[in-house]
Amino acid sequence: MNALPELKIPISSGEQSPAVAIAPAVTKSGQPWRHALMVPMAILLALAVHAWAGKSEAASETQSYFIFLGIIGGASILLAILQPFWTGLQRWMKDLCPIIAAGVVALGVWEVVTAGFQLLPMPYFPGPAGVLASMINDRGIIFDSTWHSLLLLSQGYLLGVVVGLVTGICIGWFPGARYWGMPVLKFVGPIPATAWIPLAMVVSPSATFSAVVLIALAVWFPVTMLTASGIANTRASYLDVARTLGASRGYLIFRVAIPAAMPNIFIGLFMGLGTSFLTLVVAETVGVKSGLGWYVGWAQGWAEYGKVYAALIIMAVFFSTIMTVVFKIRDRVLVWQKGTIRW
Amino acid sequence: MVAAEERAISVEGSALRVDAVRKEYPSPLDTNVRTLALDGISLEVAAGDLVSIVGPSGCGKSTLLRMIAGLEAPTTGELWVGSTPITAPSAERGLVFQDPNLFPWCTVRRNIEAGLVARGVLREKRHEVDEFINLVGLDSFADAFPHHLSGGMAQRVALARALINHPKVLLLDEPLGALDAFTRMRMQDEVLRLWEGRGTTMLFVTHDIDEAIYMSSRIVIMSPRPGRIERVIEVTLPRPRERSSREFLQLRGDILELLHFGHAG
Repeated sequence: MNALPELKIPISSGEQSPAVAIAPAVTKSGQPWRHALMVPMAILLALAVHAWAGKSEAASETQSYFIFLGIIGGASILLAILQPFWTGLQRWMKDLCPIIAAGVVALGVWEVVTAGFQLLPMPYFPGPAGVLASMINDRGIIFDSTWHSLLLLSQGYLLGVVVGLVTGICIGWFPGARYWGMPVLKFVGPIPATAWIPLAMVVSPSATFSAVVLIALAVWFPVTMLTASGIANTRASYLDVARTLGASRGYLIFRVAIPAAMPNIFIGLFMGLGTSFLTLVVAETVGVKSGLGWYVGWAQGWAEYGKVYAALIIMAVFFSTIMTVVFKIRDRVLVWQKGTIRW
Repeated sequence: MVAAEERAISVEGSALRVDAVRKEYPSPLDTNVRTLALDGISLEVAAGDLVSIVGPSGCGKSTLLRMIAGLEAPTTGELWVGSTPITAPSAERGLVFQDPNLFPWCTVRRNIEAGLVARGVLREKRHEVDEFINLVGLDSFADAFPHHLSGGMAQRVALARALINHPKVLLLDEPLGALDAFTRMRMQDEVLRLWEGRGTTMLFVTHDIDEAIYMSSRIVIMSPRPGRIERVIEVTLPRPRERSSREFLQLRGDILELLHFGHAG
């Protein structure tokens, strides 16, 4: 039994404190095992499915998938043994085990449907073992593609964010900039960046350059829009207070309006991230000769659908990692907000 | 002992002077029609005085305060701090609203030092930040964000934030209006303590007559539509004042009478 120390916040002058002492929570023993054993059970199921369905597959493919399941299974058993000794791990496992187990079960179902009963036409729907094998065989080129996608995305995204913040702040703060800038923003902004591809192909000196510009354009619109509205909607009383504290215009913009607009700015950054992923993949598919988008098209050309799915999985991991990073940054910047959505 | 007495406004030693101020607004419905918010407002506040403005809503109390703060300009008339005309907001006239308006992205400490940062003097005056955090008794909340504070604490931060600039005049626009009755009475003492300790000239808008009598040395009573000064009453009750003393209640009755809420006869 572990008793949490009682939280006490000193109260300065008899006034009621909003913080209330939190009663120590008592965790029931026995309950954690149910969560801890979920993943090993799911792994057993997946292994059984694989032993049965894998007979129709190449030996090299089945082996790597066996090892893969084995590693997850081994790790989950190890953690299940360790978890009674560490409450942090216990909480973490209670949180994550059901979803991981569900993922493993989904792998099993996938294998039953594809390699097992062969319900879906080949070669378009390989089983998980085949996809894993493609991923391992092509790891060099997949890694290289991911790296190139990251380079392209980060250049385009950062360019779009920087320009978007500057134009958004100007349009939000200065009436003159709003008068001239808003019509352009309203007129040009909603055009999907990918619609500019025909023009970009003609005008731009290189495919990479045009891809960077297109991604930047895709990011620029939502970032500008949300930044401008955030700045323009800064509570007037914050500005009034700052003025009576002796604030200059620089202080009003950088220390009041921009922090006040931060929640909005982050919404723009997230929207921009979504459009930048889309534009990145399209640009890589039609123009740029590298990156994950290009790799998907190339593998499809050879009818190697295992590689297509491998690339899609890598893309999912890649994009959601970037999303997580931006969410973490937001959580750091917006610690002052209460009740924000977690990623 | 007579508590209330009308008094001619003295000319010397005034920290703040409002001279024949008139304020018109364009009507929100028809821009050709102009609404008269304030008319013929003349007022002087002596240095170190604590003057409250009382009146029903719509009498232009807040507008008057915003003009003194420099956030709005009068249609006609002049406003002076000492011998300087008021043309724009300045750190020498602090303003505290009913809503504390703390910057939610700043901790208590950062909120309090905002005025020093805005004036670019944080480096020289950093030592004062702790002094002001301590002055309003929030040492243990220095690193808390505003959404963790109660209404009274937040308003104390707002007071410290305004006072750290050592304003010549502190303008308070119903600063305790949103607090519950008990916190409110405690905060009245808190404001009085700050006033007595620092000698800052304060102009205090309230619609609570008890609060006005308890705190101020003069009460300006305003009437609405258009906002005019009805009467200025001097409060000579000795401090600390007794909220339920006979003189206090007598004065309260007189003021209610003036505002047409008293019983006839």
